[in-house]
Amino acid sequence: MADELTLEVNSKTTTVTASPETPLLYVLMNDLGLLGPKFGCGLAQCGACSVLVDGVEMRSCITPISAVVGKSVTTLEGLPAYYGARMNVSPAPELHPLQEAMIAEQAAQCGYCFNGQIIKGAELLFRTPEPSEAEIRSAMNGHLCRCGTYPRIMSAIQRASKAIAAKGVGASTEETADG
Amino acid sequence: MAERDEAPRLLRRRDFLKTTGVVVASFSIAGKLRAQTQPGGALAVQRGLVSGPPDPNEVDSYIAINADNTATIYSGYVELGQGGPTALLQIAAEELDLDFEQVKSVTADTFVSTNGLTLASRTAAIGGTETRAAAAEARRVLLELASERLDAPVDDLTVARGVVSAGGDPRRSVTYAELVGDRSFNRKFEQFSYNGGIELPRKSADHAIPKRRDGYRIVGTRVPRPDIAEKVRGTYQFVQHVRLPGMLHGRVVWPRGQGAHGISNPAIVSIDESSIKDIPGARIVRRKNLVGVVAEREWDAVRAARQLKVTWEPFAAALPGHEGLFESFRTAETNDLIDTDTGDVNAAVARGTHVISSTYRGPYQSHGTMAPNCAVADVTTDAALIMCSSQALYQMRFGLAQLLSLPVEKIRLQYYAGSNTYGNSCYGEVANAAAVMSQEVGRPVRLQLSREDELGWDNYGPAQLSDLRAAVDANGKLVALDYQAWAHATAWFETASQLALGSPPPTGGFGAGAPGPGGAGLFSVHLSQTDMYDVPNRRIVNHRVAGAGYLRTGALRAPMDPSTFFALEGVMDELAYATKLDPYEFRKRNISHARWLGVLKAATDAAKWTPRIAASELSNARIVTGRGIGLGTHHLPQNQGNRVTFAGAVVDIEVNKETGVVVAKHVYGAMDCGLAINPGIVESQIVGMSVHGTSLALCEEVQFNETNVTSLDWSSYRTLRFGDHPAVTPIVVQQLHEQSSGAGEEVLPAVVAAIGNAFFDATGVRLRQYPLTPSRVLAALGAH
Repeated sequence: MADELTLEVNSKTTTVTASPETPLLYVLMNDLGLLGPKFGCGLAQCGACSVLVDGVEMRSCITPISAVVGKSVTTLEGLPAYYGARMNVSPAPELHPLQEAMIAEQAAQCGYCFNGQIIKGAELLFRTPEPSEAEIRSAMNGHLCRCGTYPRIMSAIQRASKAIAAKGVGASTEETADG
Repeated sequence: MAERDEAPRLLRRRDFLKTTGVVVASFSIAGKLRAQTQPGGALAVQRGLVSGPPDPNEVDSYIAINADNTATIYSGYVELGQGGPTALLQIAAEELDLDFEQVKSVTADTFVSTNGLTLASRTAAIGGTETRAAAAEARRVLLELASERLDAPVDDLTVARGVVSAGGDPRRSVTYAELVGDRSFNRKFEQFSYNGGIELPRKSADHAIPKRRDGYRIVGTRVPRPDIAEKVRGTYQFVQHVRLPGMLHGRVVWPRGQGAHGISNPAIVSIDESSIKDIPGARIVRRKNLVGVVAEREWDAVRAARQLKVTWEPFAAALPGHEGLFESFRTAETNDLIDTDTGDVNAAVARGTHVISSTYRGPYQSHGTMAPNCAVADVTTDAALIMCSSQALYQMRFGLAQLLSLPVEKIRLQYYAGSNTYGNSCYGEVANAAAVMSQEVGRPVRLQLSREDELGWDNYGPAQLSDLRAAVDANGKLVALDYQAWAHATAWFETASQLALGSPPPTGGFGAGAPGPGGAGLFSVHLSQTDMYDVPNRRIVNHRVAGAGYLRTGALRAPMDPSTFFALEGVMDELAYATKLDPYEFRKRNISHARWLGVLKAATDAAKWTPRIAASELSNARIVTGRGIGLGTHHLPQNQGNRVTFAGAVVDIEVNKETGVVVAKHVYGAMDCGLAINPGIVESQIVGMSVHGTSLALCEEVQFNETNVTSLDWSSYRTLRFGDHPAVTPIVVQQLHEQSSGAGEEVLPAVVAAIGNAFFDATGVRLRQYPLTPSRVLAALGAH
């Protein structure tokens, strides 16, 4: 049965009327009209639907909305602002450094998986601002890409890591690192 | 809860004409189409008033100059995620003397755009040629008009950013917009025409001369793809985002996994309506054997589709199963088509110093789209609007007309990108099924396939069994090549149509072809896949098994090329080894074509290839390394002269002899696709093909038993994951003065072949069946 639930998505509070077991993905897409998180499998196997919940990457296709009540959901649309707040960058940049790097590397092809690649890559960079290649491979292993853009995503994460370090905005990662 | 109509960031309709400055009433709702009774012609089509395709021999069909001195290109070639439309914009900007930022395209729409077929490596080769011809003609018109306006001969005119100046005098200038902005070119010209992909000579001698290539400013440069920034920002509108007022969310309910095509005809015995009675928002939709559910809320549709109890007639146990597949080819009745038979192969084999006879096997593989396909259909009593991800919009109308009992010109298709497709995944299925469901419920329906639908009912890339015999003389020169291929025919008739029409599908069908050289259809082996090697005695025979009793197949990126080159290049390596020659040296001895040698050199130079006999440095270590070489191309139905693309790859791998796990560490992929319109995009394609090829070689294989496909998710249909991807060094061999050819398929088979050869180099064991899965590797190593 449909209930009224209050969700916090991209720092905005929204009330939705939906049954509590509805996966978050469908609410983000259909009720909130967001384009970032995407349906890829509905099985938490591919990562196209990823969002950050209190800074931790989660698969919105299997996460019931009841599980995120009282938590803070960040989608690709809200990632630059979330980055700005978490890294004490004011005003928040238009794009997360990883988004800038993905464009610079011309990493995407069809681009369908890039929501998840960016969300997961951003989570990694919050936790480990200068990841090794092995750490990147391990962190990203649950995110499929069928166009074969992995090498360019790797380059983009490394490029973003350097950009973040160069801007000297990595200072606040420790206190908020929770993933 | 937000109202459906209050989803402002989701797309409801795309205003194609925004960039043209032309105001057109809403054409998004199919019911309004009948109100449009404008006369035909290119402009009427361009403005979305009547059904296309517009006259291919009119400039207005391709290009409009807008009041703000920009141009809109009405290309029918669609963005499949591979960047082709960006290349076409570069060509248009180049020929029109506009900056890249001054040219925009509209997405393909059968009421707006030209009839482009975005498949078979056509975009740069054919779409590029058409765009260049149309843009050159448009520029000629503009210069003629400017000549009159400025009272100066055409030869004295120069153009920059769409501003025409006379005699280099900036005071004597006129803009394109002042000449034809928002108005018609009204110019006929003779566009190129094609027969089976072969360019035909033009009849008239009077056409605009395209620019000299050595003066290119935009073509040949690395213009960033405009769609990539949108995709990274999360503002790109995929077909999954399309919403229409009054729309319902739909799901189909298909039997679990595809059965034997032509034999296991899915038929409903009963539907238990009470099985979804706890989901009041959901409603069953049925036409004959096509059953689905629709609901206002998507999650209700998802749940209802999962819950709905449909009893199907059991599928016949008529499939061979993936284990028995290849043996079933060998025992089947076949139609044997001779593609090539030159010299005397048997006599030459008998004389050979070294003779190799080997059998290679390539599996069924899936398109495995990242996004299960989706379509939105709005079908009214007398018209239909279908938004989908088809590679062939105009062609799809005919099947829809049959399904919907509507005239073809009342069916409007608009392209919205899905994810990667690389051939005919289920985009046709979903569009057809959405249209039928919309017609049944009388409302727009957005139909989203599930992961299981997409992997379980694909038009799979065909499996192939290859028997090869080849011989060399004492100097390592090839004297004979005998390629006997087994694969089965297939049919285009897809599941949704079959179910909705309630008729069993035709078998045989596409790919059966006519006997004779070059006539064996797409899914077979051709001279153009072997003619890089100079062989005086050559035979290619395609043993065509009937399609009934197998999985339905379709075009999957470089159709048949991965299995063909895995076999051919494997045998070449076997001959090199027998002759005690370095694999690169062996190829140099047997190839004289400069462009094939060029990609070989490019790939081996990048890899710092050191000549040595394969498997000459075997190690007893647990993890061993190997390096292999492979050539590849994408064959087309005919042997197509200047549409051939040349590709070569060197791959370094590691083999863990205890676990059987093979990891590709580095791929060096070189490609010569003639004039690379955008080398950056070509490099991106090489990177993608290198990873996709690694996935095909090491991971991907459709699993099925005697009744149905069983690999229905990403754990049962394995693909290459991030952690196991190789580093890739892409090399573009630019050929300014050659015809552009395809750039999205050819490295793929080269990589699959090179991985097979690298495995032999690492282990001294030849694995002649891919994917090289751990169990297959352990079995092969254990047997030695």
